[in-house]
Amino acid sequence: MKVIEMPAASDAVKAKLICAGILISGCSGSQSALSPAGAGAEQIASLFWWMAGGATIIWVIMIALSIYTLHLNPDAHHRQKSALFIIGGGAIAPTIILTILLIYGLNLLPALLARPPAGTLQIEVQGYQWWWRVRYPNQSGEPIELANEIRLPRGEPVEFILSSKDVVHSFWIPSLGGKVDMIPGRTTHLTLHPTKTGRFRGACAEYCGASHAYMNFTVDVVEKAEYDEWLAQQSADRLAPRNEAAERGEELFLQTGCGACHTIRGTEADGTIGPDLTHIGSRNSLGADMFVNNRENLQNWIAHVSALKPGVKMPEFRALSDDEYQSLSKYLEQLK
Amino acid sequence: MEQEQHHSEKYHERHERIWFMFLPPFVWALHLLACYLTAAIWCAKYSGSANSFTTVRIAIGIYTLLAIAVIGYSGWSGFRRHRHLAADLSHNDDTPLDRYRFLGMATFLLAALSTVATLFVATVALFFGNCD
Ligand code: HEC
Ligand SMILES: [Cu+2]
Repeated sequence: MKVIEMPAASDAVKAKLICAGILISGCSGSQSALSPAGAGAEQIASLFWWMAGGATIIWVIMIALSIYTLHLNPDAHHRQKSALFIIGGGAIAPTIILTILLIYGLNLLPALLARPPAGTLQIEVQGYQWWWRVRYPNQSGEPIELANEIRLPRGEPVEFILSSKDVVHSFWIPSLGGKVDMIPGRTTHLTLHPTKTGRFRGACAEYCGASHAYMNFTVDVVEKAEYDEWLAQQSADRLAPRNEAAERGEELFLQTGCGACHTIRGTEADGTIGPDLTHIGSRNSLGADMFVNNRENLQNWIAHVSALKPGVKMPEFRALSDDEYQSLSKYLEQLK
Repeated sequence: MEQEQHHSEKYHERHERIWFMFLPPFVWALHLLACYLTAAIWCAKYSGSANSFTTVRIAIGIYTLLAIAVIGYSGWSGFRRHRHLAADLSHNDDTPLDRYRFLGMATFLLAALSTVATLFVATVALFFGNCD
């Protein structure tokens, strides 16, 4: 079995042992709480290893004891000694061990849940069936709205302000930290502290309907300078169409009614039902991390979206000609 | 024989107070519910902008003392019943006295479990200083 490479050496050994042992190779990678890239995830991973280690020791002792009593020393045992053993090993020891684990676990929680200091970067994320609206703060007033992708500067805390517009969702980036529910009518908070750059995967962790499994997002942790540059670029209006096909695409976009649901800053399209598409061409993926973002997939999305994503809240546009699909997807593709 | 007759009257099933055995776990459940509701209602309605949790902590402290007192009392009385009229620990015969003593033991053990569980619930209040 091939074991996927792990970034951190010490965790790598542990994870490989576990992976090899139970014949799965899902312990590492961009969506694993066991290859942490954030302060919260590191604590959660160490809690996991302590728990797993403790459970393994207890398991080994129990198996050893049953082998001893059944095979090595099957005769009757001393009554009083056995009673002491049962009370000690069966009641007192577990109580002590559970108390220690409880205190250790509880002790981690306040820091994981604490609100960060004032001035911390705050990013607002709203859950929808089945995508994410993301708003970044902007020095000059209006927040910058994007979707289905999050970019964070490395080495500083970030607070997510979470809410939902329909049903309960849950916001989770396993490699960075814990998860927090997004509850309609309430605002919840999650503070993360990314420590490594890289691309990670986030997911909705609360069943929310037919396409729950297709409600994900990518997270790019980059250096602060790169983040600032990226945000400045994303805050700009859309790039004007650079060729005829794209021009035709923008016209079509406005004519076919896409703008009733989607905003493309710099055009008349200012709908807010669906994700902002101002810079759709620069996203890693389409449809909440469902497809690679390329022209062909864009075209398929517009023509067959209901077949691709069950229950999706975007109508299919089947009545367009091949030419028109082409123009639309060329236009969206160049919205970098 | 006379002794036996005497026992079956004194420890007849209706005297065994089987429901008494469930008092400790019931108090544990009540304690959990009370802590949960107090924290939830306080944080939703009264905690104010500082999200202060002190009042909840005091309330949980009081609930815990009350709960432990009731659980402790039932555990102690269970233990006494188990000790009743017997020198050894066995309570496995099919006699009213043994049933009486067995239920005493069961009450005692459930009280011990409920004590630990109640304290575990209360521990949470030691670690959380605010409503966040
Ligand atoms: C009734 C509202 C509505 C209309 C009209 C609509 N869309 Fe959408 N669109 C949505 C919603 C909602 C989503 C998010 C779906 C999901 O991922 O679950 C979406 C997603 C998309 C995405 C993927 C966005 C991303 O971040 O991955 C593209 C591209 C897109 N729409 C293009 C179009 C085009 C082109 C048109 C016009 C031909 C159009 N939409 C018309 C509601 C609409
Ligand atoms: Cu979901």
